[in-house]
Amino acid sequence: MEKRELTCIGCPMGCAITVELENGEVLSVTGNTCKIGENYAKNEVTHPERTVTSTAVILGGDKPRVSVKTKSNIPKDKIADVMKEIDAAVMKAPIHIGDVVVKNVCETGVDVVATRNVEAL
Amino acid sequence: MLYDVIIIGAGVSGSAIARELSKYEANVCVLEKCEDVCEGTSKANSAIVHAGFDAAAGSLMAKLNVRGNEMMDDLCRDLDIPFKRNGSMVVCIHKEALPGLQDLYDRGVKNGVKGLKILTRQEALEMEPNLSDNVEGALYAPTGGIICPFKLCIAMAENANVNGVDFRFNTKVENIVKDEDGLWHIRTNNGEYVSRYVVNAAGVYSGVIHNMVSKPDDKIEIIPRRGDYCLLDKEVGNHVSHTIFPQPTNLGKGVLVSPTVHGNLIVGPTAIDIDDKEGTNTTADGINDLIAKANDHVKNLPMRKVITSFAGLRAHEARHEFIIGEVDGAPHFIDCAAIESPGLTSSPAIGEMVGNMLKDMMGLTSKANWISTRKDVMNPENLSVEERNELIKKNPAYGNIICRCESISEGEILDAIHRPLGARSLDGVKRRTRAGMGRCQAGFCSPKTMEILHRELGLKYEEITKSGGRSNIVMERTKNQKGGEQ
Amino acid sequence: MLNYDIVIVGGGPAGLAAAVAARNAGVDKILILERDKELGGILNQCIHNGFGLHTFKEELTGPEYAYRFIEKVLNAKIEYKLNTMVMDISNDRVVTAMSREDGMYQIKAGAVILAMGCRERPRGALNIPGYRPAGIFSAGTAQRLVNIEGYMPGREVVILGSGDIGLIMARRMTLEGAKVKVVAELMPYSGGLKRNIVQCLDDFGIPLKLSHTVVDIEGKEHLTAVTIAAVDNKGKPIPGTEERYTCDTLLLSCGLIPENELSRNAGVEMSPITSGPVVNESLETNIPGVFACGNVLHVHDLVDYVSEEADRAGQNAAKFVKGELSEGAADIEIVATEGARYTVPSTINVDRMDDKLTVRFRVGAVYKDSFVSVYFDDERVMHNKKRIMAPGEMEQVILLKDKLAEKPGLKKITVKIENE
Repeated sequence: MEKRELTCIGCPMGCAITVELENGEVLSVTGNTCKIGENYAKNEVTHPERTVTSTAVILGGDKPRVSVKTKSNIPKDKIADVMKEIDAAVMKAPIHIGDVVVKNVCETGVDVVATRNVEAL
Repeated sequence: MLYDVIIIGAGVSGSAIARELSKYEANVCVLEKCEDVCEGTSKANSAIVHAGFDAAAGSLMAKLNVRGNEMMDDLCRDLDIPFKRNGSMVVCIHKEALPGLQDLYDRGVKNGVKGLKILTRQEALEMEPNLSDNVEGALYAPTGGIICPFKLCIAMAENANVNGVDFRFNTKVENIVKDEDGLWHIRTNNGEYVSRYVVNAAGVYSGVIHNMVSKPDDKIEIIPRRGDYCLLDKEVGNHVSHTIFPQPTNLGKGVLVSPTVHGNLIVGPTAIDIDDKEGTNTTADGINDLIAKANDHVKNLPMRKVITSFAGLRAHEARHEFIIGEVDGAPHFIDCAAIESPGLTSSPAIGEMVGNMLKDMMGLTSKANWISTRKDVMNPENLSVEERNELIKKNPAYGNIICRCESISEGEILDAIHRPLGARSLDGVKRRTRAGMGRCQAGFCSPKTMEILHRELGLKYEEITKSGGRSNIVMERTKNQKGGEQ
Repeated sequence: MLNYDIVIVGGGPAGLAAAVAARNAGVDKILILERDKELGGILNQCIHNGFGLHTFKEELTGPEYAYRFIEKVLNAKIEYKLNTMVMDISNDRVVTAMSREDGMYQIKAGAVILAMGCRERPRGALNIPGYRPAGIFSAGTAQRLVNIEGYMPGREVVILGSGDIGLIMARRMTLEGAKVKVVAELMPYSGGLKRNIVQCLDDFGIPLKLSHTVVDIEGKEHLTAVTIAAVDNKGKPIPGTEERYTCDTLLLSCGLIPENELSRNAGVEMSPITSGPVVNESLETNIPGVFACGNVLHVHDLVDYVSEEADRAGQNAAKFVKGELSEGAADIEIVATEGARYTVPSTINVDRMDDKLTVRFRVGAVYKDSFVSVYFDDERVMHNKKRIMAPGEMEQVILLKDKLAEKPGLKKITVKIENE
């Protein structure tokens, strides 16, 4: 049996959670105070995910960079690859919140979208 | 080009000498190893105009201190430099040391210091309620003052430049030789300069420069004497109104507590002899030491209100005396070395002395159209609302506040950049305008000031420095330079 | 002189939410004064996600969260002025402002809402010894350079202070290709959110050294190395524990200070604990008609609480200008003691309070399995167990008007932390 100690990130509480695993199967989750903690712990030990936020190059805008995010979580082990695709993107102003910057980034099925408006100069 | 005079060093001494020489018909050039004037000792000191009771009676130091102090009112009026005679007090906290105050008084009288007075405990406390409870008496010197050391140096250099003196920055002297015609060849990292006369005003390097030309038995060793300082928020700038000194020791005038002319409170310096001529690092011991010492003479010092600490190096020489004069065996090579405290106070007198010396040696004649005055970067805070609006209408940049701690507008920064010997770095802007010198220490305004430097001087962001050299603020664009749109 | 019902100083999350609330409460002439070139305040550079879980029940990035409120301000056609610096606020609510376009001008305000936010504690205030080279930034300044201007300060980074901005910047610099070597924290606990420690440090293998500080800074022109050392329980470095890190960038995330120069000059009474104004149940300062909310009042952990607080300030300012905020001195004092460092608000006038009043506070140390207790004079009326409380996170208790009304003559409410 494997034991994993985690800090829950579901809310500012930051509960210290212990997960017991056997052959990749979750046996028990303890230390959490709510369902978010249990779900987080199960996900985190089986297929951890993150939202990636960064900026992308934008040309012809009133700002040199547009902030972006993955529209939902992507697998944690793909963060570096996702960053590579975001870094390679070159957008043209104008762009608005929610506009797609990278479609289906790294075959994750998740789009990278703009998180702010950049108007054309 | 053959210069009549080359001055090595654009600190306060070199700048004062440059201004003095600019009164005469002569080709003068100042070589400075840093990217701006006022980069060494001149920028990191107590910002005090000393009365002149401290230096040994009969010394050159005493003479130039008192003379420099006398000259300061006219000079600061002509060059638009903030200066205030707030008066200084030497505070005695041990009964048995009271005779020391009398000695200091006597010395001051001999030096020609006017208005000195010995105060009783009661009188001292009435003038300065935050003195230590242990105060036994004090020496009061009404001619003591506070000044902006940056502006003093910058103003004199600027005025010299307007009157025709060349300034070469980022130019470090590597070697000096005399040719058979008696001309000095100065090799630098920026090529060779040739001149008839040389003035060595190189601060902590004045020994190194002297030793390039002096006889083997006439070497000078300048010992950098480090002083740590703390600068406190304007909120507590009136904790004392006079400059408060302890009684002096052989290491110097001790840790003072003083308002600055801009309304902050300054505490320092320590005195530690070091080897490194660039060793301007503060140490925890130094700062702790100065806090302990300052508390001996002033009570309830609000040290939680420190906004920055820094260290400066005094150009100390074992004899503790200014070395000014032609170097033995090196005709037409004038030393202005070992200018430690009270060098800032003495600088106008040093300029006058060296100027007169060269005038006589070289037979210089006065310029007909010498410009004696200069206006500082305008401070709109002194204007009425109507005047300010008039100004903003003419130049909207004065309506755009960049540094909110010190309330400095874009107009002032543009003025600092575009005036003679203008600012090219964040520190250059800071010393000319005070933008970035307030309580947030440039956290907010540095990106904005960078944008202005980028726009006005055509510098790439990556080329913008804190203070020249390799002090770049940012390294590269994010995303590996892609879309190099700027 | 211009006339407005409410002038709001600051167009960040607090100012925006206050403006919207005041408009919803029926106030017509509202003016937001913002010193930057756009609304949204510091959220615009906080491009990470995690904002708005309480307010919008979803995780937004900073610019998205800000835009939700900007949209409301635009839709409500609330007036705002950008690139405008407030130079002075008088104790009779005359606001002096300045901009390129309008010059210097005065506005007579029916009510003023202070929403200036906070600034970072700079290196100088930390008394870190060493040289003063380029390459040392407060974390927020670096955040602006990287996220807004698009420039990297350097490639090898040490961070002092584990406040949230420091943690966020550790990840941000890493994602942009820098190597973050260590985060040193003077205290034995982090001042940042757990989530940020996990996602910004642990995810990237960045070590967090608690009870450590920077004891030397090297580099005469540009930063070349810093030395960190362990500290004892008084915060003094322990000789022999020094570790040197070569680096070109030092980021400081060592605390935020409410920006109250304007408030102080106006004569607003300040709390030495929060460095923000002392306010009553209506978030009103000692100057009638001058309200405060957001990080200028006390530094918040979550922007959701800023918005909520600003909403209350906006509503109360609206009541004030409509003459609906009854006059009368506070009758109850709220005292924070034994682990609770302060409370906001710090006085209550029961007549003026809403049915429910949220009292926010912070604790001075980490408390596990402890109780938040509330006393009405000497009687304990609330005793809530908390698994964990930490100085980095705000706590709250809710007071009910009904309960207070049952205690006529009540003079003092005490908030404290108890072991049992």
